[in-house]
This record gives sequence, C-alpha cells and structure tokens, in this order.
Amino acid sequence: MESTKNLNEYLLTRLIKISGYSAIVFVLMIFYFLLREGLPTLGEVSFLKLISIRWYPIENYFGLLPLIGGSLIVTLGAAIFAIPIGICTAVFIAEVAPRWTRDILKPLVEVLGGIPSVVLGFLGILILAPALRRLLDLPTGLTALAGSILLGGVAIPTIVSVAEDALDSVPRSYRDAALALGATQWQTIWRVTLPAARSGVMTAIMLGIGRAIGETMAVMMVTGNAAVLPVKWNSIFLPARTMTATIAAEMGEVAKNSTHYHVLFFIGLVLFLISLGINIAASTAVFKQRKRAERILS
Amino acid sequence: MVIADMIKILIEHLSLQYSDGKESLRDINLEIPANEITVLFGPAGGGKSSLLRIFNRLNDLADVKLISGKVLMDDTDILDPKLDVISLRRRVGMVFARPVVLPMSIRSNLTYGLELAGEKQETKLNEAVERSLVQAALWDEVKDRLDEPAVSLSGGQQQRLCLARSLVLKPEVILLDEPTSGLDPISTGKVEASLHDLKQTYTIVLVPHSVQQAARVSDFAGFFLQGELIEKGIGKELFINPKDKRTEDYIMGRFG
Amino acid sequence: MAALHRQGKIYINPGSSDLRLTRQKIGFGCLSLITLVTVIPILAVVIYILIKGLPAISWTFLSTFPFDGVKQGGIFPAIIGTFYLTLGTAIFSVPLGIGAAIYLSEYAPENRWTRMIRIAIINLAGIPSVVYGLFGLGLFVIFLKFGTSILAGSLTLSIMTLPVIISTAEEALRAVPQSFRVVSISVGATRWQTIRRIVLPQSLPGIITGVILGLERAAGETAPILFTAASFFLPRLPNSFLDPTMALPYHLFVISTQVPGMPVKIQYGTALVLIVFVLGMNLIATTIRSRARAHRQW
Repeated sequence: MESTKNLNEYLLTRLIKISGYSAIVFVLMIFYFLLREGLPTLGEVSFLKLISIRWYPIENYFGLLPLIGGSLIVTLGAAIFAIPIGICTAVFIAEVAPRWTRDILKPLVEVLGGIPSVVLGFLGILILAPALRRLLDLPTGLTALAGSILLGGVAIPTIVSVAEDALDSVPRSYRDAALALGATQWQTIWRVTLPAARSGVMTAIMLGIGRAIGETMAVMMVTGNAAVLPVKWNSIFLPARTMTATIAAEMGEVAKNSTHYHVLFFIGLVLFLISLGINIAASTAVFKQRKRAERILS
Repeated sequence: MVIADMIKILIEHLSLQYSDGKESLRDINLEIPANEITVLFGPAGGGKSSLLRIFNRLNDLADVKLISGKVLMDDTDILDPKLDVISLRRRVGMVFARPVVLPMSIRSNLTYGLELAGEKQETKLNEAVERSLVQAALWDEVKDRLDEPAVSLSGGQQQRLCLARSLVLKPEVILLDEPTSGLDPISTGKVEASLHDLKQTYTIVLVPHSVQQAARVSDFAGFFLQGELIEKGIGKELFINPKDKRTEDYIMGRFG
Repeated sequence: MAALHRQGKIYINPGSSDLRLTRQKIGFGCLSLITLVTVIPILAVVIYILIKGLPAISWTFLSTFPFDGVKQGGIFPAIIGTFYLTLGTAIFSVPLGIGAAIYLSEYAPENRWTRMIRIAIINLAGIPSVVYGLFGLGLFVIFLKFGTSILAGSLTLSIMTLPVIISTAEEALRAVPQSFRVVSISVGATRWQTIRRIVLPQSLPGIITGVILGLERAAGETAPILFTAASFFLPRLPNSFLDPTMALPYHLFVISTQVPGMPVKIQYGTALVLIVFVLGMNLIATTIRSRARAHRQW
C-alpha cells in the first residue's frame, strides 16, 4: 500500500515538473515556427525591398516601413494620452480616493480591461469614426487617430492596474515619514510615493504599451487599412495600417508557402521580437527595483 | 550522573552549517534522558532551534550545507540519509513558537496526522482526539465545540491545541520551541503544568523563551552560546551553581 | 527615510501652508477629473450597448440560426461555438497551468532554470494575439493537419491563456502561509500530501478566480481563432472537435465590417451577448474572490 502511494506521488511530482517547464517549451515552439515560416522571406525578398515604402503584395511590393510606421504612429498616439491619464488615475485610486470609491473604481477599471477588443472596434466603427469625421471635418473617420483612441482604451486598464498595485506596495513608513516632516499629501505623492514606486510604474507603462502594440482587432477595424508611410505632420488624421492588422487582414487570402505567406510570418516574427524586448526590459526593471529595495531596507 | 539506559537521544560531535555560511552548531555532545524535561537555553542565535529541528529532520527543509556527527534515538540513526523521515516525524512531535492551527475544525486538526498515517476507524480517531486533548488540559474547554474552526480559539487555547496535536500520534519525544512566547502568564502556567504531567509518558525537549521558564521546568539543562554547548547538567544544580562564568552571566541577566 | 534623503527637493515652508493646501485641493480635483475621463467611457460603452442591443435580444435570437446570409435570424451557433472553444481551452490550459503553478510555488528551487521558466511565462503573456493565431495556423492547422477546427483553436487559445492561469494560481498558492506547510510536514506528511490536503484546498478560490479570468479573455479573443477555428457561416453545429465553428467575437467582427446592409440592431445584439458572456464571467470570478476572502480561516 505504501509503495503504490509512493509510486503515485513520484509520477505526480514528475508530471508537475513537466508542467512547470512547459512554458519554456511553448515559447521555443512559437519562436521556431515563426522562424521556420518567416525566414524564407529573407531569401525570397531582397532586403532593399523590405525596407521600401510600398506595401502592395499583389504586385510584389513588400515594403515593411509603412506597416512599421503605422504601428508606431498609432501606438505613439495612444501612449501620449494613455500614459498620463493612466498614471493619474492610478494615483487617484491608490492615494486620494476614499475607501468606498476605490472599491468601486478598481473593479470598474478591470471591467474595461475585460471588454473584448472586437467590441471596442465595433463601437469605433459605428460611433467614434463618424464622430471624428464630423468634429474634425475629415474625409473619413477611419484614421490612425481613431486607432490611437481605441488603443488608449486598451492600454489604460493595464497601466492603471499595475501602477496602482505598485503604488499600493510602497511601505506606509515612506508616506508617514514625509507627512511627519510637514509635507502635504500632494507633495508626498509626487515627491516620495511615486518615485518610490518608479520601477513598478515603468513596468505598468511598458506592459500597457506592449498590449497596445500587440492589439489587432480594434485597430484593424478603425484605422482604415491604407498602408501609407505616415510621415506628414497630419498623418494621424489619415488612414494607416499596423503590422498586426496586416497579418489579420491578409492571412486569410494567401496561398500557403507563397512569398506573401512568408512575409506575413516574418512580420509576426518581428512582433514577437518586439514583445520579447519589451518584456525583458520590464522584468529587468523589476529585478533592479527589488535589489534596490533590499539595499535600502536592510 | 546520567544512567546509560535512561538516555533517549544521544548526540556525539554534532556540527551543522547552513548554505549561507552561518555556522549553527559546533561539536555538540549531549545526552537527552528519557521521560524528563531537558531544556536548551541561551541567547538568540545559539543554535538551539537548529538542534531541535534535527531531532525530527525538519532541517531538511532548510538549506543545510554540512552536517556531521552522530545523533541516535534509541537505536535509530537520525542523520542517516536513507532514514524513513516520515515515520521519524511520527515518533517525534513538535510544537512551534506561534500557535499554528491548520485551517480546519478542532477535531480535524487533531486527526490530520492520524489520517495521514492511514488510520480510518472513527472510534480510534475519536478516542485519540479525546486522549490528546485531556493530556493537553484542553478537553473540558472544547469538548462541546470540536467541529468549530480551530481559529475560533484564543491564543492560549490554540497553543494547547498544538500541544494536543503533537500528542495524537503517540510520539516518544516532544519538541517545544519557545511554546509560550506569545502567551499570557495563565496560559503559560497551564502549558508548563501539562508538561510536568506529560513527562511521565514522553521525553520532552524544550527551548524556553526566558531563563526563568528554564529554571522553573528543567530536569536537565544545556546552555548554548553561539553554536557551542557551554555547560550541561541537572537543572537545579545548573541554575543555582553554574560552573562556567558565561553561564552564570547569562542566568544573572548580565547579557542576553 | 532614504527616499527622503534622495529627494532633497522637499522644502518645508510653514508660512505658506495655506497656499500648499489650496494647491493640493486643485491637484486632487484635477486627478478626479482625469479619473472620470477613464471611468465615464467605460460606463458609457456598457450602457450604450445595453440600450441599443436589448431590443434585439429575444429567445429566438439566442436560439436560432441566422438566415438570409446572416442578416436575419439568431446567433445560436456563434454562442455554442464560443462555449465549445472556451471549454476546449479550459481542458488544455487548466491542468497544465495549475500544474506549472504548483511546481513554481512548491517545488522549484531558486536557480537559473526557474528564472528561465518565469521569463518564458512573462513572454508568453506579452505575445500579440495575432502572432498566436499565426503560430496556431502553422503548428496545429497545417503541420499537425488538424485543419481549421475547434481543436486547433482551443489549443491555440490554451497556450495564450496559460500565463494568466499560471501567475494567478501561483499567487494564490503562495498566499497560503508557510507555517501550514511546516506543521503538516512535522506530523509526517509528504510534500504532495501537504499540497493536496492543505495548500490546494486553501488556494482553490484564488485559483478558480484566475482560471475564470483567463477563460474570459480567451472567450473574447478574435485574432487567435481567425485562421485556426473560425468560420463565418456554417449551416450546422460542429459535429466533432475537428470541425470549424462559428464564434461570437468573430461573428461580430464580420457582421460589422464585411456584410453590407447588416441591420444595426443585430450587430448591437451580438455585441451585447458577447459582453454579457464576458462580464458575467468577470462577475462570477470577483464574487468567488471576495467571498473566499471573507471566509478565510487565516
């Protein structure tokens, strides 16, 4: 009896260990498949062509710059208003709001984070784009700006949640010390608490931007899908195309193993590497913060 | 001084070092007599808790780099890497400094260890629950509320529940690591009184949380300072007439 | 206190305390306004969809098939499809995710390998959903020849959901006090017995919350199922998990972008059903979390 129990426990422990390592396996698998289907691009399309400014696959123009530019401008536009709004909201919830307000606001923000992006895109088409067209007197509301606004809506909940957690975990003693020296709450927030939570807030921003870059459906539905390099000062009011939208929109129509197919996977590879970079940067920041905190508190 | 066949645990040249380089015990030679209360006392960091945790191999959970020497309980070599630690832990019970009750009913707290050992009969379980609660002087207070959550008890009651829990498996040795450090004087007194009765049946090794407690309860005592056993002997003699100056200084409160 | 030393910029000027308090009041006011900017759109979105979508909701709508090329009729197959996909995702991601969480919380030593597992999990969390779609297409649909199927879609969604489940489950496991484990070991339990009898039961509410939140995200995603499972119009319900299926998010996407003359009422109705599905799960998860916290015995 004891020995079957021991055998069961041994097997179970092995399975648990395998589950633990599965995460590494999956990341490697994803990387491998993206490489496998995406790398042939470099053989089939010359590098010069890839950095050209025309994306028109039907006629074999595979310039990636308009797509990268599209992603950049839409994300940048989102960041410009999502970061300040997100941080201020996080500060309000964590430091200023009374208990009962916080108990309402926190779940509410989580609700926004849970709204599927396709719903946001849907509202974007029916409400936001026409509104932009009327307000700003544009030929069409399906523009990079619309995409930025929706992406902001996607990034803000992430920024607020993570930043609020970071602010919340600043030790009470920091705030108490500042207040004891005669600082007002306002001064304490901006000169003590926020700097102390700096790396958590940076992580929040990076994760929020990461989510924005990776967003597919909402941008695909409202940015107008014109692959034009956004270089003019008013490009934000024009249609654009992001990398993610390109993959989603064109994948259904490509022939397997065609050059177009390979290029789409290549774009996917680029996106994968971008998110890898952001995540490594975010986790190094957290790691450094932890070491700093240990030094300070010991 | 101590008759050989009355020794429950024999420790010879025991040394212990943790991975972070902290040397915890250095060349300990000690005899724990059976059916007596042996007290290991001394200032913090002396290695007393580490020694306690060797007796039930709880130090396996910590990062131990080096352990050498011999620790024998009756005929069992406790330090043997092939030892069945599960059955060792059933022979050696432990009570910790803060009362840690499992998040279940009072009854389940007690039957937990028994069920792990394979005991399924209701009658045997109930009998063990009553017996251990009586021995811990808690039976009268909880006999009508056995199915209530254990967290509903007061601090002193919880600690006596932990004591009862250590008795349920009918161990041979009971280890107590500062068991009354969080308790009020009345609860402390109840626990100390229980120990006095329990030593008829069990061998007790206790780390006290004050010199006064050590003096009150010990039949035998060992003074530990920074990992070394400075002095050992019969309780009454050690506390009235310590032979080593360091022991005397600590007892008199000149340091600590 | 170290934070204060570094600040240097805090100067206490008792004479101007009135000025500082006024500044604080204005500051707090601004913060609350900004927070409203975040919060009001959330409420607006939900209420608006509720108002415009409710007229479309009827038992017929929920239980019949679409006809007239989806312009009329109900969305029953899409609802069932989303249900199947969510179930499939649960089947694969829940055991694997909880197993990995148990490994990380209870077994894994603090070494380089464990750090790599954690980095892998963070990366999986950041990969854009459309890249998961590409991966699913490459591996499950094409390489393993599952074709466009519920199976391929569920597997793809599972890998995407894995990081969420692992991190929330691990947090729930770690929240269980270490002292319980020590006590359990000291009365002769093995590590697995301790996990099974004490740690898991105590952390179950937190784990379930995490699972539901993860599945909620999977239910609302479009991009991963675009090329792996979703089909726009199927006359019958899927017979096996190797069949493609309709799904709510994909359905909403198509009817709002690619069906000319699509009645707006049905679009809002579909959006409403999707939101109710997703937010309903959110509500269940939050309720479980707060009730568990209230009944905790530690």
